[in-house]
Amino acid sequence: MKTFDLQAIYVMWLRQMKHFVRSKSRLVTSIIQPLFFLFILGSGFRTISMPGLEVDYLYFLSPGIITMAILFSSMFTGISVLWDKQFGFLQEVLVAPISRISIIVGRTLGGATTALFQGFIILIIIAVLGVPFSSVIGILSAIAFMVLIAFTAVGFGLIIASKMQDFQGFPLIMNLVIMPLLFLSSAFFPVGSQSTLQTIAFFNPFFYMVDGLRGSLIGKNNVLLPQIDIAIVIVICIIMIGLGSYFFNKSEV
Amino acid sequence: MDIIKTNQLTRKFDDFTAVDDISFSVKKGEIFGFLGPNGAGKTTTIKMLTTLLYPTSGSASIAGHDIIKERNDVRQNIGVVFQEPALDIELSGKENLDYHARMYNIPREKRKERIKDVLQLVDLENKQDTFVKFYSGGMKRRLEIARGLMHSPVVLFLDEPTLGLDAQTRRAIWQYIRKMNKEEQTTIFLTTHYMDEADYLCDRIGIIDHGKILVMDSVSNLKTSVGNDLITLSSTNMGDLIKRLEKESWIKKLKNQDNFLTLYVEKGDEKIPLIIEIAQKLSIKIKSISVRKPTLDDVFLSYTGRTIRENNGKVNPKDMIHPRFHRG
Ligand SMILES: Nc1ncnc2c1ncn2[C@@H]1O[C@H](COP(=O)(O)OP(=O)(O)OP(=O)(O)O)[C@@H](O)[C@H]1O
Ligand SMILES: [Mg+2]
Repeated sequence: MKTFDLQAIYVMWLRQMKHFVRSKSRLVTSIIQPLFFLFILGSGFRTISMPGLEVDYLYFLSPGIITMAILFSSMFTGISVLWDKQFGFLQEVLVAPISRISIIVGRTLGGATTALFQGFIILIIIAVLGVPFSSVIGILSAIAFMVLIAFTAVGFGLIIASKMQDFQGFPLIMNLVIMPLLFLSSAFFPVGSQSTLQTIAFFNPFFYMVDGLRGSLIGKNNVLLPQIDIAIVIVICIIMIGLGSYFFNKSEV
Repeated sequence: MDIIKTNQLTRKFDDFTAVDDISFSVKKGEIFGFLGPNGAGKTTTIKMLTTLLYPTSGSASIAGHDIIKERNDVRQNIGVVFQEPALDIELSGKENLDYHARMYNIPREKRKERIKDVLQLVDLENKQDTFVKFYSGGMKRRLEIARGLMHSPVVLFLDEPTLGLDAQTRRAIWQYIRKMNKEEQTTIFLTTHYMDEADYLCDRIGIIDHGKILVMDSVSNLKTSVGNDLITLSSTNMGDLIKRLEKESWIKKLKNQDNFLTLYVEKGDEKIPLIIEIAQKLSIKIKSISVRKPTLDDVFLSYTGRTIRENNGKVNPKDMIHPRFHRG
């Protein structure tokens, strides 16, 4: 058996695509939800002055919203392994003569594709709204961040899905882990000015994603250099995908 | 050559032993069946043999490959039809088959041909483009069987293959399984509740209960093991008659169930006059009496002390805590 079975990767990817395209509600919410955040938060907080804000709040917020959209979408793909578990389809995949790694790769690519699709739509909308992008290199670097964020989140979703038997624990993880981390990541407000918040942020993986994307995309209000952010995000990404694969490999059905 | 070989295979869920120290082997080209009531451990055994569950202890090999150390090689050699649905309901029937064929590396031309063949076999050609979520329970089952038969594995595992199907479809599937077994030398391991299915398909049967194999032999040997003939009778004053008959050495076994007395004997025809004579001496009136050849039902009853139907409906307390997904 080849380690990377292209046919298997393709099947896994194609399946994700079909699910995404056919699920109209997912298609719509995945685009509407970030826009909601963008407009409501954007217009609500635009007028109040935030300490540490160096640019228009809408500009500041945009990278945060893109990160959030990609995170949620990719994580959903990882966690959707739980659906396959509950509907039994996972058994069919796991007894097939295809390597676990190609199952994971296919799924990750599928999740990343849908997530990036959403990310780009938001990117375009932001551009239309007049958010000034820093440079062409900045945009390319932003795309690299988006890809890394997507892979990391799929990996994280895989870990959760391998450890849980059903969806009951999911809201708990969402509300007690993901949302607080996101709020403390500088996605919605700057953390640079307050030193305690900043210290906390350094322990927050989401911080490096948001900060890096912000540094690349608008080149303002970022705490670290995008080069440093990307190095850290790559490490986080490898760890997440590695752990996700490991747990998925070991899980029983 | 032994295609399936298990050695003291055991699986525990916490402190509950679902499969308890079972050892058996299945030869190439054989159709082997596990017959057992709900919760006997049939599915758990299949899941271990198909690399979905790790054994707690013991070992097993499929086509010479260890199920723990050489999982990928094992998967290379097997096909599985699961007891519980394992379809992607958001895809159409045909897409399910197509994805399966791709995962098993069936070349494009062959893929089309096989899909057409198996769809025809299970009579789903009209529904091939419908999403599986709109299929009926029986249609889903048929699609799964079609999928299991699509690639030609060395060993095919069928977990209650025809559960809930109509008689006509069952027949067609049985014939196809046999044909596959004959023409492609496919070794088949199946579990079933249906005696007629086991009888029709299996070369050898293992009766399993509470995670243990109680007996394992060819169908005909199993039947003769309970006696060549069965005499069933009803009478007045059954208690006295039983007491008297228990002294007769030609009666191998005697069972009283639902006011019918069943005797396991040799040459049943010749024993009827004898029984009537004994009864008359005790002034007991025989109301009815008949001789028949033993069926698998009788074998099952003889080894487990119950008929398989009595078990259906009884649920292990564990199943209630852990409600499992059921076929809709
Ligand atoms: N994941 C699990 N966790 C805990 N107990 C389990 C699990 N899977 C199976 N069991 C228990 O193991 C026992 C054997 O189950 P198994 O599914 O192998 O039975 P079976 O012979 O296939 O029964 P059926 O004819 O109903 O399909 C049952 O008592 C069941 O409750
Ligand atoms: Mg079962």
